[in-house]
Amino acid sequence: MEHLEQFRQEVRDWLEENCPPSMRTPLVPEEEVWGGRNAEYVNPESKLWLERMGEKGWTAPNLPKEYGGGGLDRDETKVLHQELFRIKARPALNSFGIWMLAPCIIEFGSEEQKREHLPKIIKGEIRWCQGYSEPGSGSDLASLSTKAEDMGDHYLVNGQKVWTSYADKADWIFALVRTGPKEPKHNGISFLLIDMATEGVSTKSITLISGKSPFCETFFDNVKAPKENLVGVENSGWTIAKKLLQHERNFISNFGLAGGGTGSGADVVSIAKKYLGEANGQIANSAQRENITLHKMKEHAFGLTLQRSGDEGAKASAASSMFKYYGTEHNKDRYELMIAAMGNKGLGWTNEGFSDDEQAITKAWLRTKANSIEGGTSEVQLNVISRRVLDLPN
Amino acid sequence: MKLILTEEQQFLKDTAQSFARDKTPVTHFRELRDNKNSQCWDESVWKEMVGLGWSGILVPEQFGGSEFGMAGISVIMQELGKTLTPSPILSTSVLGVSAINMLGSDEQKENYLPKIVAGELTTALAIDEGNHHDPFAIDATAVLDGDKWVLNGKKVFVVDGASAGSILLVARTSGKSGESNGISVFVANKDSAGLDITKISTADSRNYANIEMSDLTLEQNALLGEKDLAGETLEKILDLGRIAISAEMLGNTEEAFEVTVNYLKERKQFGVQIGSFQALQHRAAKMFCEIELTKSAVIAAMHAADENSNELERLSSLAKFQAGETLHLVSNEAIQMHGGIGVTDEYDIGFYLKRARVAEQIFGTSEFHQSRYADISGF
Repeated sequence: MEHLEQFRQEVRDWLEENCPPSMRTPLVPEEEVWGGRNAEYVNPESKLWLERMGEKGWTAPNLPKEYGGGGLDRDETKVLHQELFRIKARPALNSFGIWMLAPCIIEFGSEEQKREHLPKIIKGEIRWCQGYSEPGSGSDLASLSTKAEDMGDHYLVNGQKVWTSYADKADWIFALVRTGPKEPKHNGISFLLIDMATEGVSTKSITLISGKSPFCETFFDNVKAPKENLVGVENSGWTIAKKLLQHERNFISNFGLAGGGTGSGADVVSIAKKYLGEANGQIANSAQRENITLHKMKEHAFGLTLQRSGDEGAKASAASSMFKYYGTEHNKDRYELMIAAMGNKGLGWTNEGFSDDEQAITKAWLRTKANSIEGGTSEVQLNVISRRVLDLPN
Repeated sequence: MKLILTEEQQFLKDTAQSFARDKTPVTHFRELRDNKNSQCWDESVWKEMVGLGWSGILVPEQFGGSEFGMAGISVIMQELGKTLTPSPILSTSVLGVSAINMLGSDEQKENYLPKIVAGELTTALAIDEGNHHDPFAIDATAVLDGDKWVLNGKKVFVVDGASAGSILLVARTSGKSGESNGISVFVANKDSAGLDITKISTADSRNYANIEMSDLTLEQNALLGEKDLAGETLEKILDLGRIAISAEMLGNTEEAFEVTVNYLKERKQFGVQIGSFQALQHRAAKMFCEIELTKSAVIAAMHAADENSNELERLSSLAKFQAGETLHLVSNEAIQMHGGIGVTDEYDIGFYLKRARVAEQIFGTSEFHQSRYADISGF
């Protein structure tokens, strides 16, 4: 405990000195930092903050120091997060590389891959995207058909990925490809890292029901990927793929908490009080007040469950399907309650007749519909819980 | 506040688990029911629990207890809940002890607590008067007549009221029904003249009584604590009771769920295990999620009680709400997924349904706690 308190003081002193003033103000969307070769910084202090945090390894506090991580243990990481939260620091870096890829490279990658990729991920120098889904392979991901043929020193990749978030902005992609066309479907998949600047890679953005989106289609047309970019053993990529999905689901499950995930950050209670009015300090419509209370209580219990899972030291596991399922369904529920509370003000599309905040909530409501589809549908999560947690038969 | 058990609490839980499995499996409850045992719990089993120190878990050390706290007693109740073990632990070791310890004078504590620890005295908290839990809706009166208190009124659905040696009676000494001020708590021996205790017969085959007070005359020292001022403390005592019964309900739920999932793996229809049907799998998976949420709410509430957190009221309501909702769901699904056998008396699963609905009522339904949570949170 004494050690932790000392560490807390060190963190506090360091943040005091190194966290630029504007990084302690509420985040505005256009100043969100994702790093990468082509990153543009609207606010120069965002860049400074990333460089300082990246140098310290605190963008990935629990990754090993030798690869550029913070080398902190669980308790120290918690202290760091508490201190960052205390001064309301903006995230220095948003990164699929840190959230999803890095833990898998640590577990399955070669020493060369760790030395090559991890430091750049942690410093935000290279931005990654995820190449999993294909037009014909959604929930049945293992049926994917993007093929990678062995050409001696490289693979020749042909095929198409879809729902690749930020593919148009990313520098590299971690992709699932078929290397064993004759093997049973789960046994012919490999986990391949591909530089998006390679000839033959192209992207096209996708417009959603909510309007503009970061999603893209990604095309591979005779793309040459060097063999050293295969992670793990050829044809055993499915194991890595599943592990990575657990990390992804853990991350997405934070959507269940107010302020987490895709959304506008608006609080359903204050929205309800604003648009339904108040009677004696209470949300004026009693039926909606009941629905919202139910929602907030479930959210409270869900938040405690995320906390308990952390306190128990649970790693990414089949139980992460529970968090993904519950968190995303809950987030959808939040926006249904929100637009219901707003009445006709919750249905705006553009400026005529609606404020920016109102439109943002409408768009967020539509965007949340994808939460229970992306990263594995709710139904797939329930399958995983049934089979792998409850051990029910196939 | 870490949402895990300490080694000591885990040890208590393990002890309680072995106790319930070895001494009081569900067959124990079935025998009590079939033999129409009048107090609905077994004296020798209670004595063994007392021997393990469970009667004194909330009692301060100076009065012979262990002060293991709400986390300690909650994990025991959770394990006892799994096998539907009836005992006076809630009415006596949680409610009786807390009321005497939090309201009583040193003399009263000295008088009652060591006897409770030793298993010589069980208690019951008589509070509700209507069809629904409503802690301040107190019409029963207590009036000082010379140097004696005279109590009149009725109490219903008093947990373990039919067997308790001492009844803790909540009565109004001033104000009117619905007000928190003006409420006082008295202790009366079950044999007092003017105290009429009638055992009622409930679906869960446990011990409840309706109580009439007709000019029940008590000495001055029957008043626990100060006149008129018990309301706020009573809420806290009830919160502890709510947390404890939430833990028991979590245990009920966990067992009913496990039995059901096992049944899904055994039962074959159409030539396959019925657990291979996605219609059942997804319902089971959803129950799993709700049970995980319940575990978290209960553990947070019991730690909040032990840490004297200012979140106690909200967390206690969250725990009782979530435990009630989940047990309601699981007890219904357990029957449905068992099919025909689930509605037979011969099979145990029906016991969980009957216990569920009664436990849901005790100290406030999920709806009661939903309203309370909304009010506390300022929604």
